[in-house]
Amino acid sequence: MLNTFVVYVEDKPGVLTRVASLFRRRAFNIDSLTVGRTEKPGVSRMTIVVDTDETGARRLEAHLYKLINVLLVENVTAEAAVYRELAMIRVTATAAQRSHIMDLVEVFRAKVVDVSPDSMMIEITGTDDKIDGLLHVLEGYGVLEMVRTGRVAMRRGAKAANGASAGTDSAEAAPASGTISYSV
Amino acid sequence: MSKERKTGAEIIWKCLEREGVKHVFGYPGGAILPAYDALQHSSIHHILVRHEQGATHMADGYARASGGVGVAMATSGPGATNMVTGIATAMMDSSPIVCITGQVGSKLIGSDAFQETDITGITLPITKHNYLVTHADELARTIREAFYIAKSGRPGPVLIDVTKDAQQSSCEFDWEAAAPQLPGYRPDLSPKPDEYEQAMELIHQAKRPVILAGHGILVSGAGGELLRFAEQAQIPVALTLLGLGVFPASHALNLGMMGMHGEAWVNTMIQEADLLIALGMRFDDRVTGNLKTYARNAKKIHVEIDPAEINKNVRVDVALVGDLRQVLQELLEDLEPCQHREWLDYLRKLKGDSAVRDIQNLPDSGHLYAAHVINDLWRTTQGKALVVTDVGQHQMWEAQYYHHESPRSLITSGGLGTMGFALPAAIGAKVARPEAEVWVVVGDGGFQMTMAELATMVQEKVKVNVAIINNGYLGMVRQWQEFFYDRNYESTPLLNPDFVKLAEAFGIRSTAVKQRAEVVPAIQAARQHEGPVLIDFQVEQEDSVYPMVAAGADLHQMIRRPSVLVETAADE
Repeated sequence: MLNTFVVYVEDKPGVLTRVASLFRRRAFNIDSLTVGRTEKPGVSRMTIVVDTDETGARRLEAHLYKLINVLLVENVTAEAAVYRELAMIRVTATAAQRSHIMDLVEVFRAKVVDVSPDSMMIEITGTDDKIDGLLHVLEGYGVLEMVRTGRVAMRRGAKAANGASAGTDSAEAAPASGTISYSV
Repeated sequence: MSKERKTGAEIIWKCLEREGVKHVFGYPGGAILPAYDALQHSSIHHILVRHEQGATHMADGYARASGGVGVAMATSGPGATNMVTGIATAMMDSSPIVCITGQVGSKLIGSDAFQETDITGITLPITKHNYLVTHADELARTIREAFYIAKSGRPGPVLIDVTKDAQQSSCEFDWEAAAPQLPGYRPDLSPKPDEYEQAMELIHQAKRPVILAGHGILVSGAGGELLRFAEQAQIPVALTLLGLGVFPASHALNLGMMGMHGEAWVNTMIQEADLLIALGMRFDDRVTGNLKTYARNAKKIHVEIDPAEINKNVRVDVALVGDLRQVLQELLEDLEPCQHREWLDYLRKLKGDSAVRDIQNLPDSGHLYAAHVINDLWRTTQGKALVVTDVGQHQMWEAQYYHHESPRSLITSGGLGTMGFALPAAIGAKVARPEAEVWVVVGDGGFQMTMAELATMVQEKVKVNVAIINNGYLGMVRQWQEFFYDRNYESTPLLNPDFVKLAEAFGIRSTAVKQRAEVVPAIQAARQHEGPVLIDFQVEQEDSVYPMVAAGADLHQMIRRPSVLVETAADE
């Protein structure tokens, strides 16, 4: 099954390599990986989607924690969370087809961001399913080019991630070990 | 502390001194020359090795013998890549070493400059952590972090790659201000109260329990707690290869080594147990055999500091993630005295049916078996030597016939199985513990991989005795060929040099031993000689290690010593 991890890491050179290398080394397949800055300077946030079972997910979490630069790992798969992905799709569109495509774009709450005589570029944000749905209906027109960002995730509710407040200034700021459970 | 202005090179030595380092094993070269130039102002003794792999094994042996951190140093490029095997060895066996490598100037990085190699990239999966330092002012903090990471939690190797310009430039040096900043590193985890309760319940209910004790006991210094726990609960203790010595071999509850070459009763007890208490071991394939049939009726408790080991190979019922010593102390508080008379009677009955001991009890017929040599070494040294073994048949015979009574009396490459480990590791061990009687037990194959370090031994006046178990083959590979490849001895016979002449060329006293009667006198003479001694024990060529569980076979399916061989040996 697909597991979604939110991983906070120190924003230092080589950290992405360490994380990516871990997946290769332990023979896990990354479905998608995104990384970017967070509200805290010095802390980057990754959303990693991996196809593995529950035991695999637990091991992966433990392995991620072994990387010195990893601050916090959350498996949000079983939690209430909002998932989003952004895609840009260039589709064949003659003058006659344009309005049909724009109707579809409307239905999916997507946007047309560029139009040329023979094609259109569509931007869509949503869950992976929604993007797959739009792609499916656009296939008949001819998808010329596509780019997807991969999934980003954030838990619902007021509770921020445990480690979002974890600073990078001292070892004491790390989440207390009591919050991490390895019960079987 | 006042701030001082220092070069990066000086800071390296100052920091090592502050970390309590007395010895560094290394090999100079272009990119690390500034550091070597600054060595003249340091109290640290540098030991010049003959190959950088040797430096890492020496640091590893130093760490394992002392319980401290070993330090190795090398230059960029080939110097650094030569360290790779030693680093991987330390990683697999959780040995705390810090490797410092020189790197080309920071402006040259990425340009394929002379002797440039991406050593941090190369060692990423075989270090606990590594660093590339390009500025002198990062050095102090990095070195402090490296030592802290190497020795805390589950120990492991840390590599610091320092560019030449970082060594040459100067900055303010303030040790106190350079405290580690590791917000993501939590080496001290501890189990929850309900996990202790679950474990206690299983322990108190068990009728046929077995303790599986590993290297973690040694690392955590929990030997005393293990002894109390085993005695109070009356539970027999099986050991992993790296666990040998953490429980006294002569103890009535000692089972001995488990796994592929464990004695028959050990593996039988494990397979028939109703509870396995795994302490600081990782259910390696060499100890479990076929996972599907491994201790099928046993509940399992796993005490381990590394959460990534939980449920990796064997699914367990209770996991206690934390420092072994602390966890055992907690468990001891609630442990009620137990009796397992039937179970221990069964053990005594099984022990009577040992295949391995056959060869030990053979009449002294003059026929030289490796097991005889090891057994004689054990007897002559009264089991008190620090033995460093290489990898292969001799390693298993040592584990079977040298009975280790105390922790840190055996050093060997377990996880990675690195041939060539023993000689340099023994040098490191002797440097760490000059008072110890150190013996290298090594095969004729492995010895030739790193024998250049004999020169280091002589130059540094390190008194280590070397026992070559010379059977003219890559013995363990030959054994596999005998058992599983139809006796096709492809590429395993060795045409060896004259080891006696070789040792003498290095200035080392040496003798060859071909008869059983010569073994003890040769060992005695070596012990009495002031300098290092090398003994070439020319043993039975096609002997095998028994019992043996074939790779991936069920743990109780052992290949036993053919009785015909025992009889032949006895007849001679």
